[in-house]
Amino acid sequence: MKFTMNEIQQLKARVEEIKTQKMESGDELLMALHTAQELFNNSIPIKAAEVISEVLKVKMNRVYELATFYSMYSTRPRGKHLIRFCESLPCHVVGGREVTEALKKILGVKVGETTKDGLFTLETSSCLGLCGVGPVMMIDGEAYGNLTPDRVKEIIDSYRGEK
Amino acid sequence: MRQVTTILISMDSNSLLSGAKEYEELLKSLINDHNMSDLIQVIETGTYGIYGKGVVLQILPDNVYYVVNSSKDVLKIFEEHLLKGREVVNLTIDLKRLKLSKVHETKETRIVLRNAGSIDPSNIEEYIARDGYAALANVLKMKPDEVIQPIKDSGLRGRGGAGFPTGLKWEMTKNSKSNKKYVLCNADEGEPGTFKDRLILEGDPYSILEAMTIAGYAIGSDTGYIYIRGEYYESIERIQKAIETAEKIGLLGENILGSDFSFKISVRPGAGAYVVGDETALMESLEGKPGRPRMKPPYPTEHGLFGKPTLINNVETLANIPWIILNGAEAFRSYGTEDSPGTKVFSLVGNVVNRGVVELEMGTTLKEILYGFGGGVANGKSLKMIQTGGTAGTFVKPDKLDIPMSYESIKDGISLGSGAILVIDDTNCAVDLAKKAAKFYMHESCGKCTPCREGTRMIYKILDDISKGKGKTEQLDQIQEISKRIVDTAFCPLGQFINLPLLSIYENFKDEFIAHIGAKECPVGICEFEKPHIKKVKIKR
Repeated sequence: MKFTMNEIQQLKARVEEIKTQKMESGDELLMALHTAQELFNNSIPIKAAEVISEVLKVKMNRVYELATFYSMYSTRPRGKHLIRFCESLPCHVVGGREVTEALKKILGVKVGETTKDGLFTLETSSCLGLCGVGPVMMIDGEAYGNLTPDRVKEIIDSYRGEK
Repeated sequence: MRQVTTILISMDSNSLLSGAKEYEELLKSLINDHNMSDLIQVIETGTYGIYGKGVVLQILPDNVYYVVNSSKDVLKIFEEHLLKGREVVNLTIDLKRLKLSKVHETKETRIVLRNAGSIDPSNIEEYIARDGYAALANVLKMKPDEVIQPIKDSGLRGRGGAGFPTGLKWEMTKNSKSNKKYVLCNADEGEPGTFKDRLILEGDPYSILEAMTIAGYAIGSDTGYIYIRGEYYESIERIQKAIETAEKIGLLGENILGSDFSFKISVRPGAGAYVVGDETALMESLEGKPGRPRMKPPYPTEHGLFGKPTLINNVETLANIPWIILNGAEAFRSYGTEDSPGTKVFSLVGNVVNRGVVELEMGTTLKEILYGFGGGVANGKSLKMIQTGGTAGTFVKPDKLDIPMSYESIKDGISLGSGAILVIDDTNCAVDLAKKAAKFYMHESCGKCTPCREGTRMIYKILDDISKGKGKTEQLDQIQEISKRIVDTAFCPLGQFINLPLLSIYENFKDEFIAHIGAKECPVGICEFEKPHIKKVKIKR
């Protein structure tokens, strides 16, 4: 994965800022990892992990332990847009089953994979807490509800259009 | 000058998804175009908890509720109601009728949701105007024991699912000797089908801040954390803003309301792990470690966050606190049952006409919730089963609808859990659902203990086989066998209660499981059976 020195500098500055919010040692770590993901296309490359380790004075293995334990993080590169589709029962019984199949077909990938053009990574999530309007998915920070296979296609197309 | 007419528009995450923001902008531009901004104001509020039908907006002082589904609806309401003063009857909803069952007169009781949907959650003045911070002002004049007493007397129990007596927890933390203590709000709402905490965080954030401050005073703590799950972007933002506002006007920080008491609160985001909903796992996560549960004892009340005594309460539990302080334990006990006083916020989801959140007295039956508030099963289908309490809860057949929902109902095989009520119609297949539930456990098991990590994987594999038409009769017994082993040997509640969903669905729908074995296709037509592998035989000529 390519990134510029500028991004590294930006991350350093942001993590330094997060450090000031620390009340007890360690309580700032997850926030730092979230920031790294924001800056590095939804994943935490080794360079970013090094910055966190350096600035917050924690060992690399600790940063990696967190980056691999929590499902919102990834150490592997993800697509430009991260799709989190809810596969819990409340979404499943109101049409989620069909929507999952549609998503896989439209994107041409399985769950956990990234499209060839690098635009999307498809992941599932346990519950997004939007069960009032299920089936639900989130693309990056944006949520979409009351999904149907047709609606999914429209949404994906709109992201493809802005490429 | 204050405008004559006020429009309240639901602006929580669920409503946003239904287009609330666009409707609001349209309304505002219409008002602007007609030079009416001096007359009409649009205020964003939380939600009344009705979804699936559109965005709810309320027009005051007329006190008319509308449900809008398109820009056309908004335009119509603007032209008819706001310009001409005529109600658009076909778009109005009668909240009372929605929430009153004709048969049982199920009245919604709003203690926890007293402000959600009625105030602008970003405006602290609106919260204060509805008795906000009155409880804290009273508390600061009391002794800590006097604060804890009404909480104990009220019989309030933890609303996160476990049901531990809240007052006792407060007292135990207060009695722990330490130079540092923490108040921790568990807002890692991850139980599938549950979205009540989100509604409180987004619709009434100050009630949580006030309750935590009261707790801090009562147990002798000066620091609070709110741990909100990472996917709740909207909630994190609103709570963060609320903290900043409260600090600005002296309701958080040094010398609150001119007293000697100082208290600060910080927000921390989660990063996607269901098991972190467990209190000790949440503490691990907050300390910047993988969220794996700790051995108990020692309990958090003595040895919690960063090794210090910690009071950890769920969002809904905390939202009850200011109300109890102001209205007293007796008033609280007048709702609910003997062992489960007060109300419960239920999240009604799945194949039901009105999906949404409703706060009802403890002891309300499933029937009242489903038909009184929910309007019955959606699309004219018939009810196959209900799962109560989230994915970690029990599946029940329609013959159990008369059992009252409370902490005691587990005796009758119904778990209250987080208050999620998942309605499932007869187009669904029990094996398919069990497989989904097992997959959830397999994915969310933290991997710390072997029985849970390996056991959930084994159960999933069996259910996957059955759902593909490759199941064998002996595998059915293995589902029970393995589930029971996990229950007996797992380290934390995630595994210890795995029998609730997996065995309840298996035992209630055993026939359906058996019918999948040796069959040519799924009896309900949901599971996709693998085509039998036909060997290509070369024909010799």
